[in-house]
Amino acid sequence: MAGPGSDKLLRAKDLVKVYKAGEVEVRALRGITMEVEQGEFLAVTGSSGSGKSTFMNILGCLDIPTSGSYWIDGQDVSKLNRNQLAELRNRKLGFIFQSFNILPRTSALENVELPLLYNRTVNAKDRRQRAHDALIKVGLQDKITSMPNQLSGGQQQRVAIARALINNPRLILADEPTGNLDTRTSYEIMAVFQSLNDKGITIMMVTHEPDIAQFAKRKIVFRDGRITVDEKITNRKFAEEELKHMPALAVEETV
Amino acid sequence: MRVANLILVAFRSLARNKMRTFLTMLGIIIGVGSVIAMLAIGEGSRVNIQNSIASLGTNSIMIFPGAISHGGVRMEAGSVQSLTKEDAQAIAQQCDLISYVSPVVTKGAQVIASNQNWRTLCIGVYNDYFSIRGLNLSNGRLFSASEHRSAAKVCIIGLTVSNSLFGEGHDPVGEYMRINTIPFRIIGLMEKKGQNTFGQDQDDVIIAPFLTVQKRMLSTTNVNQILASSSTAAAMDDATDEIIQLIRSRHHLKDTDEDDFTVRTQADISNIFGSVSKVLTILLASIASIALLVGGIGIMNIMLVSVTERTREIGIRMAVGAKGRDVLIQFMIESIFISFLGGVLGIAFGVTASSMVARFGGWPVFITPFSVVLSFVFSTAVGLFFGWYPAQKAAGLNPIEALRYE
Ligand SMILES: Nc1ncnc2c1ncn2[C@@H]1O[C@H](COP(=O)(O)OP(=O)(O)O)[C@@H](O)[C@H]1O
Ligand SMILES: [Mg+2]
Repeated sequence: MAGPGSDKLLRAKDLVKVYKAGEVEVRALRGITMEVEQGEFLAVTGSSGSGKSTFMNILGCLDIPTSGSYWIDGQDVSKLNRNQLAELRNRKLGFIFQSFNILPRTSALENVELPLLYNRTVNAKDRRQRAHDALIKVGLQDKITSMPNQLSGGQQQRVAIARALINNPRLILADEPTGNLDTRTSYEIMAVFQSLNDKGITIMMVTHEPDIAQFAKRKIVFRDGRITVDEKITNRKFAEEELKHMPALAVEETV
Repeated sequence: MRVANLILVAFRSLARNKMRTFLTMLGIIIGVGSVIAMLAIGEGSRVNIQNSIASLGTNSIMIFPGAISHGGVRMEAGSVQSLTKEDAQAIAQQCDLISYVSPVVTKGAQVIASNQNWRTLCIGVYNDYFSIRGLNLSNGRLFSASEHRSAAKVCIIGLTVSNSLFGEGHDPVGEYMRINTIPFRIIGLMEKKGQNTFGQDQDDVIIAPFLTVQKRMLSTTNVNQILASSSTAAAMDDATDEIIQLIRSRHHLKDTDEDDFTVRTQADISNIFGSVSKVLTILLASIASIALLVGGIGIMNIMLVSVTERTREIGIRMAVGAKGRDVLIQFMIESIFISFLGGVLGIAFGVTASSMVARFGGWPVFITPFSVVLSFVFSTAVGLFFGWYPAQKAAGLNPIEALRYE
């Protein structure tokens, strides 16, 4: 058994999460043990209510488990306090949500800068520069000063991705990032993910769409708070290729 | 570095919601503005009253006939006849600390000159009266000793009387007029004094030699009042005592008898009105403070609503690494900035409002630096105090719950 100093990027051991709503107890996670290595692209699937989001929120240090322990980049997260968790989110993690969660009435650039505003080691000039670079990386070089209401759903999600990238995270966690997007836009997001992964960024992505999961390298399946399947993706799809075969119509995006 | 970032964050958030920011500020603007204006009005009327009292004459001492009754109310001047011209003479001769003294008699006067008619007040005094009250002539001369001795039919008039009888711009000196049918020659015109705080026109008066009024118009031996002034402000109390002792002995009062006259110094009157206007100022200030308090509660309200409304924003900030403390500081900066800027605008508003009151209402106003500093400090404190609770609430939010908030 590898200890805290394990070279794995992520290690979870017997994670349990119980939600108490008055008398009723919901056992959302019933003992999750798994590992993720540096450079992986992992799809987390499973039916609705199986505990995927709960798991991701715990890994993202947004929520804490009822019991069990986990290590991110060798650090025992279950021993950290509120402020240390905030620091970990700020320095090592990037989180992408289904509903984008970008600040309204705030330009793309200012949204992307946000994590660095809470990082005292980055000065204003670098912050601007890095936000610029991140927006270019996700293909939004023309939308730098745009407000969210001037952006399509796919573009808003790219802003969120750029924001997740800006602190050079060790791990990107995405909870149904394409859930609100149409197929073509979803594939474009997958193209961004695959290119980030090619540059060595580790990604964990929840999706309930089987074709989206095919873009990852490994897949785990949740069922009733347990992992039932953990396998390598065999016939992996490549978003750039797929997009070439799709009609290049400027399809109205559903947001 | 980090605080600079949080200031930036707070300012961006205020700028994103300009309307909300302004409306929140409005409460503070009105609160601070009314504190400034109310204190300015209160202070203005205090200064004004003090000036009016000063116009009674510096270091002046008034002696009235009659005692103060137990309720503190003096019996009406005419009802007791205890002071005489000789009392005034005795004061002049025997009280070392008194530099000027004059008995005063007054009589309502119906004046006629050419075809003009005017109702005013005629007072009979010695020349010391002019020194005590600080009255100056713009034209003509004071009474001569022989005019005093002979109860001459000469008078000095105020500007209102002159204008009413002879029209504006006409020099009345040398003219004749009838006061209650007796013909008088006008030998002097007084400089304009204007209204006092109590609305009396100080120029609507005729001054004649003491004996002229007492003998020719009143035929009495009593006086309405004796007016004196001490040589220095420091000697006021001793001078007052001197007068009391002298008049008591002149009136043959036993040790157990109460005074049959009343002595009031300018300082006494000034104190009475001073405390009245202090009460007025405190009253106005407390009304204004309530306005400021309401403004503060307004800040708290909006900040609380905005914590709820911005729960998701707070969740997003926390998700990307904001600590509870960062959120707390951001919200505190927002509310302090609102109340700070509200304070600045409120001061501008208060100053404008007070000068409007001065210009259009004819009310005297006086803005003290103290009231500016006070309301400024107070409004910023209001921001701190009322911003704390909502900020604390925002900082205590759990990131995942904040994000889930709809
Ligand atoms: N905050 C919560 N309070 C109570 N129950 C919850 C809460 N969040 C999730 N659950 C329950 O936990 C289970 C797992 O939920 P979730 O992790 O959101 O599943 P998934 O993302 O796979 O759809 C569900 O039964 C859900 O109802
Ligand atoms: Mg989910």
